[in-house]
Amino acid sequence: MDSSGLLFDQILFGVFPYVALFTFFFVTIQRYRVQKFTFSSLSSQFLENKTHFWGMVPFHYGLIAVLTGHTVMMLFPKLVLNWNSVPVRLYVLEATMFAFAALSFIGVIALIRRRLKHSKVRMVTSKADWVLLFFLVLQIVIGLYMALFNRWGSSWFPGAMTPYLWSLAEFSPNVSYISALPLMVKLHVINAFVLIGIFPFTRLVHVLVVPNHFLFRRHQVVRWYKNRKLIAGERDRS
Amino acid sequence: MNVRSQIAMTFHLDKCIGCHTCSIACKNIWTDRKGTEYMWWNNVETKPGTGYPALWEDQDKFKGGWEKSKGKLRLKSTGKGRIVANIFHNPSQPSMDDYYEPWTYDYQNLFNAPEGDDQPTAVPISMVTGEYMDIESGPNWDDDLSGTPAYARNDPNLSTLTDQQRQQLTAIEQMVFFYFPRICNHCLNPACVASCPSGALYKRGEDGIVLVDQKRCRAWRSCIAACPYKKVFYNWSTGKSEKCILCYPRIETGQAPACFHSCVGRIRYLGVLLYDADRIEEVARLSDEALIEGHRSMILDPNDEKVIAAAKENGIQESIIKAAQESPVYQFVKVWKLALPPHIEYRTLPMLFYVPPMSPVMATRKNGALKSVTDDFFHDIEESRVPLEFLGNLFGAGQTAPVLYALKKQKAVRWYRRAVTVGDVTMETAKKMLAAADCSVEEAEAIYQLTSLCTVDDRFVIPPSHREEALEAFQDPMQRKQEAGFGFISGPHRGL
Repeated sequence: MDSSGLLFDQILFGVFPYVALFTFFFVTIQRYRVQKFTFSSLSSQFLENKTHFWGMVPFHYGLIAVLTGHTVMMLFPKLVLNWNSVPVRLYVLEATMFAFAALSFIGVIALIRRRLKHSKVRMVTSKADWVLLFFLVLQIVIGLYMALFNRWGSSWFPGAMTPYLWSLAEFSPNVSYISALPLMVKLHVINAFVLIGIFPFTRLVHVLVVPNHFLFRRHQVVRWYKNRKLIAGERDRS
Repeated sequence: MNVRSQIAMTFHLDKCIGCHTCSIACKNIWTDRKGTEYMWWNNVETKPGTGYPALWEDQDKFKGGWEKSKGKLRLKSTGKGRIVANIFHNPSQPSMDDYYEPWTYDYQNLFNAPEGDDQPTAVPISMVTGEYMDIESGPNWDDDLSGTPAYARNDPNLSTLTDQQRQQLTAIEQMVFFYFPRICNHCLNPACVASCPSGALYKRGEDGIVLVDQKRCRAWRSCIAACPYKKVFYNWSTGKSEKCILCYPRIETGQAPACFHSCVGRIRYLGVLLYDADRIEEVARLSDEALIEGHRSMILDPNDEKVIAAAKENGIQESIIKAAQESPVYQFVKVWKLALPPHIEYRTLPMLFYVPPMSPVMATRKNGALKSVTDDFFHDIEESRVPLEFLGNLFGAGQTAPVLYALKKQKAVRWYRRAVTVGDVTMETAKKMLAAADCSVEEAEAIYQLTSLCTVDDRFVIPPSHREEALEAFQDPMQRKQEAGFGFISGPHRGL
């Protein structure tokens, strides 16, 4: 590869991820501090309840499974490689992940259709929503393409992508892992960082505020305006 | 005993004339913003009727409130495990179709329409999309039994009535209805609070008002499905839930909530109740038959020395205890047992109580002459146009006894006053009726006073909210006085 290509790769895979990640953290924290009110899933189920299920549920469950797959491959590459050492297990894994990705694709298409078709839902659809949907669809389509034509992702990801991602995490980006990969793979990586970069500007922030304490808290929530301990303390003293 | 204070309410349905002044007062103050056009934190329904949102009492459809399963209390709509699975799509959430699509009119057309043979009309425009629309329903579409008979006949409270009773309800010259004004019940065991995954909904410790923390609400929408009274609403524009706030800014400054203050029939009473918070879960688990009595037993006597001592122990101020002693709600609910909670079988322990309405007076016919006095004083209650079972389904968790008790007492008081002022009933008869209705003469006078001659101060006993004490915990009140109001507020805007 010539040097200009390498430089290009350096910028795309060595610099751009940090720009995206910095934007992600800086804007998210700032938005949470200053504009906490804007953190919402902005559900539109209230405006259209008939086709909502058919887009929302496959999209979310598909995407959660696929993202979990990516995370496992990054954190436990050896585990995945060992699993894949038996061909049947590899096929089962690949087929399952493809099914989930297909599910999220069907879901996102249903959601776009819903947003276009129902005038009430269109009223609560912003430009940012369309930008986000564009990049999401792009990402899912490339992912599906790779699963079909750049086989088998679960076998080459641990060898190529995992070390690259770790090099990013260790602040010494090594783009050589990625330079030789096919164009579609590169696009998928770039688009992933684009999504991370635009994340804090969109409704995606609802992912960060998913309820986590709900399962463990008591049913009822009571808030006191007076500081009861302080008042009780005063009473004891007097 | 864990004594807490609660601002509680009583609505005297026998006095409600269905004028909707309360609804308008509320709407003008709180819900005239974008995304809230369809909301009526206060609404007045005609009963029998399907209400707003349509069929809100049908919990097979909306899965509101609590249910008992294996002796344990759980939310009907979203058990904790299910909420995670259903977070992307809430299967029991009502949509705008269940309420109505808010609209305005294209008034410009009245002025700008080209000259022609027809009168120009103001065409309805959707307040959501801005497009022309056909109005299909509204917030009080079945007001005064209007609309097709389908509305009144589909009232879920009619389910236990016989076919004959149902037919009588809508028969000519038998037809009957009454009004049922509703706001948030500010329950002791609120299902909305329990269902919120974000913990955005909360009950205020000092006065029990249930609120939504707008900055913590993430539009998971569980509260809308969980509230069996459908009194939490979704603001489709901001993506946040909103609900009746009992006009807390007014209460904190000693004023009655707008709907209370504007009530033309003076049907609304507001006052403090002291209750035992340790017993919430135990009472909410009682059987349907025991719920009303159990709920009443949680409410503590504010004149009892032990209760006063326990209240002070919990930091409840002298002024609030005094307000509880003068509370009209305490009289109606606990002393006179005239006011009953709506649909307590939903097990949220509502803190809004209704005095059940008397039906149109029924006289017996003998030899073609109307006869209004019989030895069976209360015959007309059992044979009244509104079947007792219907009221029992609304206010008695399916039991007619508590409703009958309240109606008998109301009638006895009426007849006692009739003996005093009109004189066509002898005092002897009146006293017999009072005795049969478990009511003394003094009690009858007190009920009469608070029902008919009540002043603003009798109806609304609002305690000081002692916010200065709340402030002291965090800031010097004098400094607060200088600084309050200076700061930056980000408006309630949708998304970024």
